[in-house]
Amino acid sequence: MSRVSVPCHVKGTVALQVGDVRTSQGRPGVLVIDVTFPSVAPFELQEIMFKNYYTAFLTIRVRQHTSTHTPAKWVTCLRDYCLMPDPHSEEGAQEYVSLFKHQMLCDMGKVLELRLILRQPSPLWLSFTVEELQIYQQGPKDLGIWFQVSPTLPASGQYAFALQSPSMTFPKWLSHPVPCEQPAPLLEGLPDPSRVSSEVQQMWALTEMIRASHTSTRIGRFDVDGCYDLNLLSYT
Amino acid sequence: MLQEESDLALIIAQIVQKLKGSNLYAQLERQAWASLQRPEIKLESLKEDIKEFFKISGWEKKLQNAVYSELNVFPLPSHPAAPPEHLKEPLVYMRKAQGSWEKRILKSLNSMCTELSIPLARKRPVGEQKELLNKWNEMGTDEPDLSLFRPVYAPKDFLEVLINLRNPNYENGDSHSFRTHLGLIQVPLKVKDIPELKEFFVELGLTAGQLGIDDSTQVPPELFENEHVRIGQKVLSEQDSAAAQQYIRQGSPTALRAELWALILNISSQPEDILYYEQLKTNVIQHDLLVDSLIYKDVKLTASNDDYYFVFEDYLYQVLLCFSRDTSVLGHFAYNSASPPKSYIRGKLGLEEYAVFYPPNGVIPFHGFSMYVAPLCFLYHEPSKLYQIFREMYVRFFFRLHSISSHPSGIVSLCLLFETLLQTYLPQLFYHLREIGAQPLRISFKWMVRAFSGYLATDQLLLLWDRILGYNSLEILAVLAAAVFAFRAVNLMEVTSLAAAEAVLADLSTLKVMPLLQIFLFATVT
Repeated sequence: MSRVSVPCHVKGTVALQVGDVRTSQGRPGVLVIDVTFPSVAPFELQEIMFKNYYTAFLTIRVRQHTSTHTPAKWVTCLRDYCLMPDPHSEEGAQEYVSLFKHQMLCDMGKVLELRLILRQPSPLWLSFTVEELQIYQQGPKDLGIWFQVSPTLPASGQYAFALQSPSMTFPKWLSHPVPCEQPAPLLEGLPDPSRVSSEVQQMWALTEMIRASHTSTRIGRFDVDGCYDLNLLSYT
Repeated sequence: MLQEESDLALIIAQIVQKLKGSNLYAQLERQAWASLQRPEIKLESLKEDIKEFFKISGWEKKLQNAVYSELNVFPLPSHPAAPPEHLKEPLVYMRKAQGSWEKRILKSLNSMCTELSIPLARKRPVGEQKELLNKWNEMGTDEPDLSLFRPVYAPKDFLEVLINLRNPNYENGDSHSFRTHLGLIQVPLKVKDIPELKEFFVELGLTAGQLGIDDSTQVPPELFENEHVRIGQKVLSEQDSAAAQQYIRQGSPTALRAELWALILNISSQPEDILYYEQLKTNVIQHDLLVDSLIYKDVKLTASNDDYYFVFEDYLYQVLLCFSRDTSVLGHFAYNSASPPKSYIRGKLGLEEYAVFYPPNGVIPFHGFSMYVAPLCFLYHEPSKLYQIFREMYVRFFFRLHSISSHPSGIVSLCLLFETLLQTYLPQLFYHLREIGAQPLRISFKWMVRAFSGYLATDQLLLLWDRILGYNSLEILAVLAAAVFAFRAVNLMEVTSLAAAEAVLADLSTLKVMPLLQIFLFATVT
């Protein structure tokens, strides 16, 4: 999947609280985080990524650009998405989460603003939020996208995928084709190009991965040039 | 949908990458080349014909077993943005707790070095090397003075750390809150309750036959045992790891156990493996490590004093010394919350190219460590095979019993599961023991840390470990610990001190594990 990070401004969390925040005994169970995109034109949202911190349920509302005449409206695109299967226990509490366009309740085109509504019904946690929030939009489609597969930790078999957008720029009509819900009649009978491209990319990634890894077996040496004379353990 | 597909692709890529460096890969390649000579392999349908050849010749099964074993051991690839330490342990405070625990171990080891003025590691002089080689098979006869050495830590010390484990984001409340009246473990991990355990351990139910119950002398063997043994032989002849794992949930016949475990753990003892073991042996002979003395001391203190295991003393030295030199064990730190200690070659402090792990396998033995090996000595007599089985058992299961993590099989979850089961199903007993200052976990912790090795009779222990392998989970240890308390509940209700409670539970060697487990899980009215 090609994706490009969208620069965004994450506003401070606002708690929904009944009564006076300072005197009230209970802690808030609902937090709202607004995300704005001051330097970007309305875009099609591809993925929302974050690291959870004790949020049990997530609702997202999106403000979309409709037309120049009517004011943009708010739509709920995700409702009470469960991040912690049991809000009273740790499961899922500090997980990394990605939410994709296809998981949303509505079309995610022309996004102007996002509002994350976090809920934590359990009173056991002192605070909750989401961290490392990143918003991605669809990268330039099908053309000139390279999949860079870098073996960060060959020994443990961990791979990081990094996506790079092409360094050269394409004409705007090429990278942003006219938005049309239906594929052009010309393409009828042909497989969905985005699907094919993603499959090809995956296969490519696999072969690259295999090529990059000559072998994962370690040579069983623990000494350095035949020497393993040690005095003390290092604390760092 | 797309997400799932790419997840699958990632898992496949990970497994392919792992297997690519393996011996099996080389063998498959060799076989494929050799098969080109065969008449049934045609050029037009080369790929299909070779696939068919692999299927008939049994190589496909070997590949399947290898993939199955990878799936069992390695966690599924996590979110691409997650850093490697997230795979080790997702909860930050757990990682921190493990880190500071490790630091304590390092300090204790360093201070031992300084006090006794001995190095962590040194090369043995040639004379000493020869001497060790000559007495390799009778290392137990040696009686070095180890009175100055002390185990780096004992399960008791580790329990104190777990008791003090807290989630900083958790409402721990004032000292009068409800929860402080309950168990010792104060972290809110999710553990299974009895209905979930019943579902998970469904094959242990009252309707299924069990070795350890239905093979007793009162039950005619025609009812269950004969048929079960016959199926076991069939499973072995098929050489299918997954089938063996399913089969062993109802217990393994004594005669088939060694082979079944090897099949589940995917250990085949090829000539290369024997060579590898010999290489480790050479490494032991060449280098003298401080941890050797710790291993020596541990074997002397535990297994050598055990009625069942003292005969295996020499085996234990061989396996444990080789284990400490085995760098392939380092691989398990990718999914273990612990990290291997580091050191620098003498005189090269701070130079990264001279940084090494210590011991070479990264595992510092603690008091009772040798008990993980001892029961396996009943099954395997060939040291290299015994070694491989132990190493695989360690990197699959035992490491979880002494590292702080939130994994369902990790020791923290086991402790919590044990306490929760007792509180829920034997509240009066729990309350009574707590009131007299005999917190149940203080008694049961050592059982679980050692996976009951050294506490149960060996036949019973092996029946228990059958189920660990069968369910690929250590949770059964906590269930058994709770079941033992339930079994002794009447006596325990009468005791008035920790010492008396310990006395009631001092001898577990007469217990039959399978009936205890079955009654606790399936026959208790709740």
